[in-house]
Amino acid sequence: MIRVVLTAHLKNLARINGDVDLDVNGLATQRSLLDALERRYPALRGTIRDHATHARRPFIRFFAGGKDLSHELPDAPLPEAVARGSEPLLIIGAIAGG
Amino acid sequence: MSSVRVLVGTRKGAFVLTSDGKRKQWNVDGPHFGGWEIYHVKGSPVDPNRLYASQTSAWFGQVIQRSDDGGRTWEPVGNEFVYDGQTGTHQWYDGTLKPWKFTRVWHVEPSLSDPDTVYAGVEDAAIFRSTDGAKSWQELPALRNHKSGPSWQPGAGGMCLHTIIQDTKNPQRIFIAISAAGAFRSEDAGQSWKPINRGLHSQYIPDPNAEVGHCVHRIAMHPSRPDVLFMQKHWDVMRSDDAGDSWQEVSGNLPTDFGFPIEVHAHEPDTIYVVPIKSDEQHYPLDGKLCVYRSRTGGNEWEALTKGLPQTNCYVNVLRDAMSVDSLDACGVYFGTTGGQVYASRDAGDTWEPIVRDLPAVLSVEVQTLA
Repeated sequence: MIRVVLTAHLKNLARINGDVDLDVNGLATQRSLLDALERRYPALRGTIRDHATHARRPFIRFFAGGKDLSHELPDAPLPEAVARGSEPLLIIGAIAGG
Repeated sequence: MSSVRVLVGTRKGAFVLTSDGKRKQWNVDGPHFGGWEIYHVKGSPVDPNRLYASQTSAWFGQVIQRSDDGGRTWEPVGNEFVYDGQTGTHQWYDGTLKPWKFTRVWHVEPSLSDPDTVYAGVEDAAIFRSTDGAKSWQELPALRNHKSGPSWQPGAGGMCLHTIIQDTKNPQRIFIAISAAGAFRSEDAGQSWKPINRGLHSQYIPDPNAEVGHCVHRIAMHPSRPDVLFMQKHWDVMRSDDAGDSWQEVSGNLPTDFGFPIEVHAHEPDTIYVVPIKSDEQHYPLDGKLCVYRSRTGGNEWEALTKGLPQTNCYVNVLRDAMSVDSLDACGVYFGTTGGQVYASRDAGDTWEPIVRDLPAVLSVEVQTLA
């Protein structure tokens, strides 16, 4: 079970209280995790990554265990601690004013 | 008894203001979608409880919300806006070529005949349509593919399609406007488009009389008279009596003819309203006095409407989609400011009162008159 912590904007949009626990099919990667997240919460489609290209939106950042994973490849394995659920993956908005 | 619902989009959420037909006591409901930019909210003329809202964010992209109960509850619906086919390039501010890129929905325009059909005007400029209640969107690509498309360039707010007007007598005819390309008309429900900018004169572009390239800010039409259009251009207030084939300036005695919104009285097709702004450099009212100007002659002769509006130290702006009218008798006129005030007049503009004073900056105001 992977734990995801979403920024408040996205939790409000998808009407999520608290963190999200997700089962991921196969290898735990950014892509498989976001696939599972969007399957459960269709309102999040297009808000974290582009609908068609699946490119991360420029002002979205991924962090886990104090490390910035934003620029990892989408099919790279997530850190072991995230995959086994002991560390959450944080999906947050970049701090860029306002 | 009749009632009025005012749909307000702001920089940080949507608000729904309601009153009975007396328009004296208002209930303020919101914010909905707090923290998100709500560019526009509009109801279906066929089913007034069906509302569509454009919710957008530089961080999280585009969301479309739909309500089926007049704005009490909302549901996110389809937000996939994909240009149809090759996108090509348009001009950037510096004249370099820039690929078309979807940024946000500026304006939603529900169909006059079907609550599940709705148009969306987007940045970079294009028109989309949904026929399933906004679950899915398809571009009407002929507009973006117009031969002039590669020469279009953005206005200061982006290259936005901000105005969509459906002809009330001819369902095949649609008018749209783009900053800063100009106005276009379709006679075949969006399958082809023709620029309708003859008579516009813009000294700030290389060819002041160009077929396209004009910064049209807003167009308004009275539903009883779809061949007559009124336009607030960047500078100049214009009028067309032939569905946009030609335009004449009707700025007349306005103290400044720069501005954003333009609106038509619900019952008097030749009574129109604008909010003059000092200049394109200084986006605030002249001399710190907020004035609506009304013409009862379809332009040229204008009177200042000031009663109830701040006449000292007022430096707000009124954006292009932030003015609307109700259809009660007397006609109500409403507008919102970048300072967060929503002003209402229940006597066609003679006097004004704020409904609310301290909302986030207002991006759009639409009014529904309910039976």
